[in-house]
Amino acid sequence: MLRLLVRRAIEGVVVVAATSFVVFLAIYMLGNPIQVLASPDSPPEVIQRVTASLGLDRPWHEQYWRFVVNALHGDLGVSFVHAQPSLALIFGRLPATLELVVFAMIVAVVVGLPLGLVAGYWPRHWSSQAISSLSVLGISVPAFWVGLMLIIFFSLEWRLLPTGGRGATVQVAGIETSLFTLDGLRHLVLPGFTLATLPLAVIVRLVRTGVREQRRADYVRFGRAMGLSPGLLLGRYILRNVMVPVVTVMGLLFGTLVAFAVVTETVFAWPGSGKLIIDSIKQSDRPVVIAYLLFVVVMFMVINTVVDLLTALVDPRVRLQ
Amino acid sequence: MKQSLFARIREFADSRVALAAGILLLLACAAALLASVISPQNPYDLSQLDIGSGRLPPGSRSGDGILHILGTDDQGRDVLSAIFYGLRVSLVVGVVSTLVAAVFGGIVGLWAAYRGGRVDAVLMRIVDVQLSFPAVLIALMLVAFLGNGLDKVIIAIVLVQWAYYARTVRAAALVEREREYVEAARCLNYSAPRIMLGHILPNCLAPLSVIATVQMAGAIAIEATLSFLGVGLPITEPSLGLLIANGYQFMLSNKYWLSVYPGLCLIALIGAINIVGDRLREMSNPREEG
Repeated sequence: MLRLLVRRAIEGVVVVAATSFVVFLAIYMLGNPIQVLASPDSPPEVIQRVTASLGLDRPWHEQYWRFVVNALHGDLGVSFVHAQPSLALIFGRLPATLELVVFAMIVAVVVGLPLGLVAGYWPRHWSSQAISSLSVLGISVPAFWVGLMLIIFFSLEWRLLPTGGRGATVQVAGIETSLFTLDGLRHLVLPGFTLATLPLAVIVRLVRTGVREQRRADYVRFGRAMGLSPGLLLGRYILRNVMVPVVTVMGLLFGTLVAFAVVTETVFAWPGSGKLIIDSIKQSDRPVVIAYLLFVVVMFMVINTVVDLLTALVDPRVRLQ
Repeated sequence: MKQSLFARIREFADSRVALAAGILLLLACAAALLASVISPQNPYDLSQLDIGSGRLPPGSRSGDGILHILGTDDQGRDVLSAIFYGLRVSLVVGVVSTLVAAVFGGIVGLWAAYRGGRVDAVLMRIVDVQLSFPAVLIALMLVAFLGNGLDKVIIAIVLVQWAYYARTVRAAALVEREREYVEAARCLNYSAPRIMLGHILPNCLAPLSVIATVQMAGAIAIEATLSFLGVGLPITEPSLGLLIANGYQFMLSNKYWLSVYPGLCLIALIGAINIVGDRLREMSNPREEG
């Protein structure tokens, strides 16, 4: 257990260090930012002075070292566009993204689990085949397309829900959230379901495969012979055995969704971290892009490690490997 | 084991869905290749565009008598023609990035399998770490630093996808490496590259082609997503994703056809490639039941 944790920690540090190095090199080779920062017609001695004061005249390894030291102090530079520390900017937008992700996860589990159970238990039924085909579609269709379709039908055609933006928010435990206002929820539904498409499809497929395997197990055949209803068999016995991989994958999907929110937030003009990053890329706001990249890498490393640890805790067979 | 090409096509066509998908795919390729011949107008020749006949709904005729089956965009561009040209860009991105990624990833996978030991461990660790991040995210970050453009998007997709090929080819090559013919080739003192490329690689082509099909659909989807987000292809190389993005701004005023038809086309393309890929996998692994 401890060895796994130590190995993962070392690996995480290596990956983050490598990412930061590659990113730094990429930016270093893109050219001197002084041309962007200083007005082109300022006299050469001013440019020289600014270059020296920013440390841009130092050799690259010294610049990288300073970048690392600052990063370890939580300083990843100041956004060119917003004139705020880039990390603070990202954390400021994160609650909106997390709200979307949590909503999508809930939808995926609440809808996906029963569908997967049904499709796995009665694989020959036409509805199960339909569920399976739809889940393939859900994995391969780009997220932005799902969002567009939902907007066309629910907002433009039937005028039921808003086309985008975040609704009214209230402060709950110090965090602005739209989960507790009617207007907020109305704005949350379409982007939430758009983001839920991928995890929904993944969970359906996972549960379906799991149930199909379990269905052949002796305990299920015995239960059927005893005359237990399918609902009882599925809900009480099969579900438990299927849940381990589902929980694992849900953990991994969490990180994926935070990243995928980039697309959903762009479609629905949702003011989260994903929208921020797309805007930053378009405006060449490098400090924000770098901060986001490092943040995502660290997030994934932490999530993957936690998921591995949890899996090892829940399933003793994993620990032995 | 060896079947004639005709017999293989017959087997492929046993599944009606796969057959339909295959035909659809061929039609898409034909439309992309012949875009300049079959399009009612050249959508990027400004002299042929008439702003006066902009935003016509599907099925209407413009002033010069051209029938716009799928309508026109804000500059009077025929949507159907734009789709044919967009299909061309999307397919080029898909095919080129798939080929480059398959060659690059395939070589890495072969090398890892053949050398084994530390080389293998390090390479596969890199593959594992990369695959734990979502493909779209890596591509997005790469494009953020590379800048946009056709070549940059292809580079980004290759850097995202090589890992899948490396893993697949390595797995296949590990099995092949233990076969007698490799041992025989070693005894003949053939060089490592000759054994890897001439003897092991041909036997890894079946799994490689299956994953290449699926990855091509992925590549097209990634490009479309990047272009939709506005960080992929520039406006001068309008892929299907870019057409959808351009139409998106008019969608809220109910000019839905600008986004919907390129989008349907994209979905059909991705879906068809995936179905064909699925069928190829079934054929290469007959024991797996549907």
